Amino acid sequence: FLVGLGQGWGCVRGLLIDYTGTEPSSPCNKCLNVSWDSTPPCTCTINFTLEHAFESNVFMYYGLSNFYQNHRRYVKSRDDSQLNGDNSSLLNPSKECEPYRTNEDKPIAPCGAIANSMFNDTLELYRIDNDTRTPITLIKKGIAWWTDKNVKFRNPTGDGNNLTALFQGTTKPVNWPKPVYMLDSEPDNNGFINEDFIVWMRTAALPTFRKLYRLIERKNNFQPTLQAGKYSLDIAYNYPVHSFDGRKRMILSTISWMGGKNPFLGIAYITVGSICFFLGVVLLFIHHKYGNRNTSADIPN
Amino acid sequence: MDRKLRCQDSGFWGCLAAVTEVLGCIEVTGCCVIEEERRVRANAREYNEKFQYASNCIKTSKYNIVTFLPVNLFEQFQEVANTYFLFLLILQLIPQISSLSWFTTIVPLVLVLTITAVKDATDDYFRHKSDNQVNNRQSQVLIGGVLRQEQWMNVRVGDIIKLENNQFVAADLLLLSSSEPHGLCYIETAELDGETNMKVRQAIPVTAELGDTSQLACFDGEVICEPPNNKLDKFGGTLYWKDNKYPLSNQNMLLRGCVLRNTEWCFGLVIFAGPDTKLMQNSGRTKFKRTSIDRLMNTLVLWIFGFLVCMGVILAIGNAIWEHEVGVCFQIYLPWDEGVHSAFFSGFLSFWSYIIILNTVVPISLYVSVEVIRLGHSYFINWDKKMYCAKRRTPAEARTTTLNEELGQVEYIFSDKTGTLTQNIMVFSKCSVNGHSYGDVQDMLGHKAELGERPEPVDFSFNPLADPRFQFWDPSLLEAVKLGDLHVHEFFRLLSLCHTVMSEEKSEGELLYKAQSPDEGALVTAARNFGFVFRSRTPKTITVQELGQAITYQLLAILDFNNIRKRMSVIVRSPEGKIRLYCKGADTILLERLHPLNQELTSITTDHLNEYAGEGLRTLVLAYRDLEESYYKDWSERLHRAGSVPEAREDHLARLYDEVEHDMMLLGATAIEDKLQQGVPETIAILTLANIKIWVLTGDKQETAVNIGYSCKMLTDDMTEVFVVTGHTVLEVREELRKAREKMMDASRSVCNGFSYQEKLSSNLTSVLEAIAGEYALVINGHSLAHALEADMEVEFLETACACKAVICCRVTPLQKAQVVELVKKYKKAVTLAIGDGANDVSMIKTAHIGVGISGQEGIQAVLASDYSFSQFKFLQRLLLVHGRWSYLRMCKFLCYFFYKNFAFTMVHFWFGFFCGFSAQTVYDQYFITLYNIVYTSLPVLAMGVFDQDVPEQRSMEYPKLYEPGQLNLLFNKREFFICIAQGIYTSILMFFIPYGVFADATRDDGAQLADYQSFAVTVATSLVIVVSVQIGLDTGFWTAINHFFIWGSLAAYFTILFTMHSDGLFRMFPNQFRFVGNAQNTLAQPTVWLTIALTAVVCIVPVVAFRFLKLDLKPELSDTVRYTQLVRKKQKTQHRCMRHAGRAGSRRSGYAFSHQEGFGELIMSGKNMRLSSLALSSFAPRPSASWIDTLRKKKGGEGSSAGSPSGAADKTLRV
Repeated sequence: FLVGLGQGWGCVRGLLIDYTGTEPSSPCNKCLNVSWDSTPPCTCTINFTLEHAFESNVFMYYGLSNFYQNHRRYVKSRDDSQLNGDNSSLLNPSKECEPYRTNEDKPIAPCGAIANSMFNDTLELYRIDNDTRTPITLIKKGIAWWTDKNVKFRNPTGDGNNLTALFQGTTKPVNWPKPVYMLDSEPDNNGFINEDFIVWMRTAALPTFRKLYRLIERKNNFQPTLQAGKYSLDIAYNYPVHSFDGRKRMILSTISWMGGKNPFLGIAYITVGSICFFLGVVLLFIHHKYGNRNTSADIPN
Repeated sequence: MDRKLRCQDSGFWGCLAAVTEVLGCIEVTGCCVIEEERRVRANAREYNEKFQYASNCIKTSKYNIVTFLPVNLFEQFQEVANTYFLFLLILQLIPQISSLSWFTTIVPLVLVLTITAVKDATDDYFRHKSDNQVNNRQSQVLIGGVLRQEQWMNVRVGDIIKLENNQFVAADLLLLSSSEPHGLCYIETAELDGETNMKVRQAIPVTAELGDTSQLACFDGEVICEPPNNKLDKFGGTLYWKDNKYPLSNQNMLLRGCVLRNTEWCFGLVIFAGPDTKLMQNSGRTKFKRTSIDRLMNTLVLWIFGFLVCMGVILAIGNAIWEHEVGVCFQIYLPWDEGVHSAFFSGFLSFWSYIIILNTVVPISLYVSVEVIRLGHSYFINWDKKMYCAKRRTPAEARTTTLNEELGQVEYIFSDKTGTLTQNIMVFSKCSVNGHSYGDVQDMLGHKAELGERPEPVDFSFNPLADPRFQFWDPSLLEAVKLGDLHVHEFFRLLSLCHTVMSEEKSEGELLYKAQSPDEGALVTAARNFGFVFRSRTPKTITVQELGQAITYQLLAILDFNNIRKRMSVIVRSPEGKIRLYCKGADTILLERLHPLNQELTSITTDHLNEYAGEGLRTLVLAYRDLEESYYKDWSERLHRAGSVPEAREDHLARLYDEVEHDMMLLGATAIEDKLQQGVPETIAILTLANIKIWVLTGDKQETAVNIGYSCKMLTDDMTEVFVVTGHTVLEVREELRKAREKMMDASRSVCNGFSYQEKLSSNLTSVLEAIAGEYALVINGHSLAHALEADMEVEFLETACACKAVICCRVTPLQKAQVVELVKKYKKAVTLAIGDGANDVSMIKTAHIGVGISGQEGIQAVLASDYSFSQFKFLQRLLLVHGRWSYLRMCKFLCYFFYKNFAFTMVHFWFGFFCGFSAQTVYDQYFITLYNIVYTSLPVLAMGVFDQDVPEQRSMEYPKLYEPGQLNLLFNKREFFICIAQGIYTSILMFFIPYGVFADATRDDGAQLADYQSFAVTVATSLVIVVSVQIGLDTGFWTAINHFFIWGSLAAYFTILFTMHSDGLFRMFPNQFRFVGNAQNTLAQPTVWLTIALTAVVCIVPVVAFRFLKLDLKPELSDTVRYTQLVRKKQKTQHRCMRHAGRAGSRRSGYAFSHQEGFGELIMSGKNMRLSSLALSSFAPRPSASWIDTLRKKKGGEGSSAGSPSGAADKTLRV
């Protein structure tokens, strides 16, 4: 079983790039103090090399640390009723959303601190092959839970499918450059059911976390998804984290049946297994030596 | 009708009052003025109403319909825990603080309050019912010259009521007149002081003449007397009537709780009613009893509360620092709440938020669960068939449901004697006549038969006058009678002549004996069955039917019994003219007064006496002496002279009696069995083995009490010494106690010297006395006890008494019983249990930690005041060793587990606090928090608390030592508590950090992140529920179907509820309430999650298993060993441990007719207590002797510990 576990994670490949840019040498250092509404966005490029090819499907994550998505005031600052497409909540969001409930007397859609702080860096991946940059297709759908996409999050309903009309009377979250109905061009990934938005809204349990950003699918069986070689990561650096000592990372990973790389569980199992075995031996020994004592023990009266 | 009129008169409030009167009593409290003296005028209700005396209504209930809700809620909120939860609820309503929805607290709180209220209401309902039953007893009240049936509660002070034979006295009455001559009446005071012998009360002469209702209706005397008090043997007052003053004493009073006996009717004037009666004044306040576990629990709850505050402070400081260092910068994404301007204030708010989310360390369901468990245990007691007395059809009853586990911790038992240890039935058991012992139960071959295989009893059918209830097992005695053995004839003749029993023959052959003491009745009944039937007596004759032939003896003198003489004699002249003195008395006294000729016979009889005493029988020696006519004449003349000299009359008489009872011929000895209740010696032996100390507190005499002590094996001859304390003054008592202690210390010193225990002796008194080696017993008298209980001596007394194995207090008043119990409670940190059957035990029963009432006997006061009741003393063994022990065990296991599971549950929030910015974010879903304690984990632990057992019941009876952990409080104390807490905290650490380690970087098998808050919550919650369920499985020692059902059911319920709460349907209805939609199916489909749960469970449980395994191997508890031995022996035949029935080569203890009272001899000789009809038969004129009643009184006055008013003056009237 342990071997199985080891195999499970043995072939998992991963790569982590911190692009916060706190070090002066980092290409993103110039963007360190961006603000939300800087136009045009500050962009930077980080080059990296893959030592090994990534054979199976590759998952691209963004990671944040020192970001308290699990803070009580943060966690509760949302209106699930509004996100579920309830029209009355759309125009009259829950009090829990304060202070991101209304802006200029207009209800905010989506309201609350979580939505307001949505991660909005854009990451693009290029393969550099003999100085030619080939963009790698990043799939942005299928990154959210099915239940979230289909049950929990729904756009408001009304006449027609024009999201702009449906969101009439609301205003965009304070930090957002554009309203929720302009998150994506595809209608089934726009508004509240935009998957980037849904992923963000599923708050993390711990202050250091990663969230799925894009999928890179393996095209055919003859070629690995990502060959070994040089790549570059283009970042539209919009999301400020420096003020609270946050870090931003991009992670590429493949997964096994067990999920991503998880050294903790393996080590823990091996350790606990050996301790249990050792303990069993010791107890057996003790039992043989002392356990018979009370078989013939006479009971005091 | 009456009530209806009143309603119309006085409008609404009057009606309400009338209604409440129907429901219960109206309390008339003359609260402002303390009553200094009581004025009561007969037949004048208006006059008496001025004083607002309490009515005769008794109220033991606490609530009525109107007051129930507020009073009950008020009482419940006095419980610290309830107030605390109310406070939490208020906190939760503040939005800035609220870290949990309000329903997480209010649902359990309302549940708790409702359950408790329902329970209180039912309890009180039964109290109302029993009150009503007593209050609605009927009595005849003289109103306007007519006797009317009235309920007890409507009897007022100043009413004249009529009592009939065998009725309970309704209130404290001044006896006015009775059916008997001279206004005499007989009462039994068993309910008051436990003594079942009859007592005489007499009306004062002026009122004794008021025989019929018309005369009584005109009676308008006024009584001025003492205010209500609790002194049963004292009353002082004056009757003013027709310009005369008559002093009143206790001799004229009939107290509530007494029963009228052998008196057709009597009239009495109500002086004290209801709560003012001496009975009620003696019964003390109803106090709410708490168990030591309760108190410990409250302390622990306070500690936990302190701990909670500490955690809150730590986290609040953390919050302040975090907000100051990190939160300030993070404001771009998460601005501070409105009104929060500083990190410090934020910390302050977060303190309260954490108090709310961490409050589950003191779960509100704790108190409910404890109550439910106790209720379950109470039902086990009620349903126990082995504690059901088929004969009386009374099951055991747990009247209080809150004390069960304390039954497993009892260290001291205080027992009443009469009716509790003994049946109060005297049985003529054996006798020795002329050196031949009769009465052994024999089988065909003449061997002594073992108990249980009794042959047929002796057939007394030859004798038409025989009492069919009398049974005797040795046919040889009857043969001896039939063969005409002269010694045997003389033996029974003595028994039929020498006594003070009165006979009543309602119809031919239907004889009824009124014996003043049950011993004497047993003897006369024995003689009756063996053909010497005492038929009737007049002041000067006794008629005996001797083997069918009526013979009338002339009664010349009765040499009465008293405590010093310890014997009584009669001098009779037979029809042949021979004068003979018959004497029966204590062996110690009588054997010295025998003629030297008897030496050989004496030694044989002495052997027999020893044998009888060894069996715990009460013995008497019988002897006779023939008197010369001339000698008797001379003697009787001197007696007459001595009787007429007023001064030193007693001494003269005593000397004369002494003279004539001399040189007697020994006839034999009798042995009377004071029948013990079934199984008393065995029970006491087992309880003693269980290290429980038994003290007997009885109103009986010292001799009786000591005798019973021996027969129920409390006292044995193996004991090093029995100390008897009988001092009358403080100094004497102190001296006697000191001597006893010195003796014990000397003995232990001599033992200790050999073992170099010297240094221990130099330490304080207590430890020395506790290290006493030998077995000692202490017998203390009531009047000595009064001194011993004084503030400056009580510690001395207690130390002495506790060093003894057995303690017997005799002649104690009800209040003293309570004081003794109180004393032990005060200085010894031990659980006390009082058991009794009579009203005189009520105060003791109420004072002790646990009160047990013996039901099915006469009177229900003791049962009503008790916490547990059953009908046989022997059930106490089962109640303590089985039910008590189990209850204690279960409660301890329950508490350990309960604290463990809540710490494991709650402390996770604490660890999480460090990772969520100390923001009081909960780890779990709020529904999980609400339901964890009331659904997911409550039932398995309840099942364990109700059903668990470590060893089966037979074993706990077999090994009384198993009881000791309870007494030493080993299973749940502060140490155990900390172990549970530590285990809980350990579990919580793993519960948080293992998922933390796993989740930090893990992703799902579809690539999405795993460590989202909701998945984390579900993982931790699931592993918690699983770990806690495995743990309860480990803790459960006794698996029933219910345990299985609850444990598996809880797990099933958890998953069912989890999936329901996370389902689409609920979310669609309330999107803001069920945010976890889809979470369960998404998270629990992940192998990683299950691997994490498994890892957590293993790491949490393995150390516990290993530790228990080691403990079982290396340091097994007695119960473990017993359980193991049982497993080994399962197929072997169980060995029953028979208690030894072997007799004891006993010291001789004898006393004459133990509950006998002096003065009856004179009463008989005067003929005053005989009906005119029987007097008319007598050819003798009554001898003019007016002093008998004085003697009677004086004796009584001298016997009581307090000197009453000079009662001799009772029949002298004083002119005003």
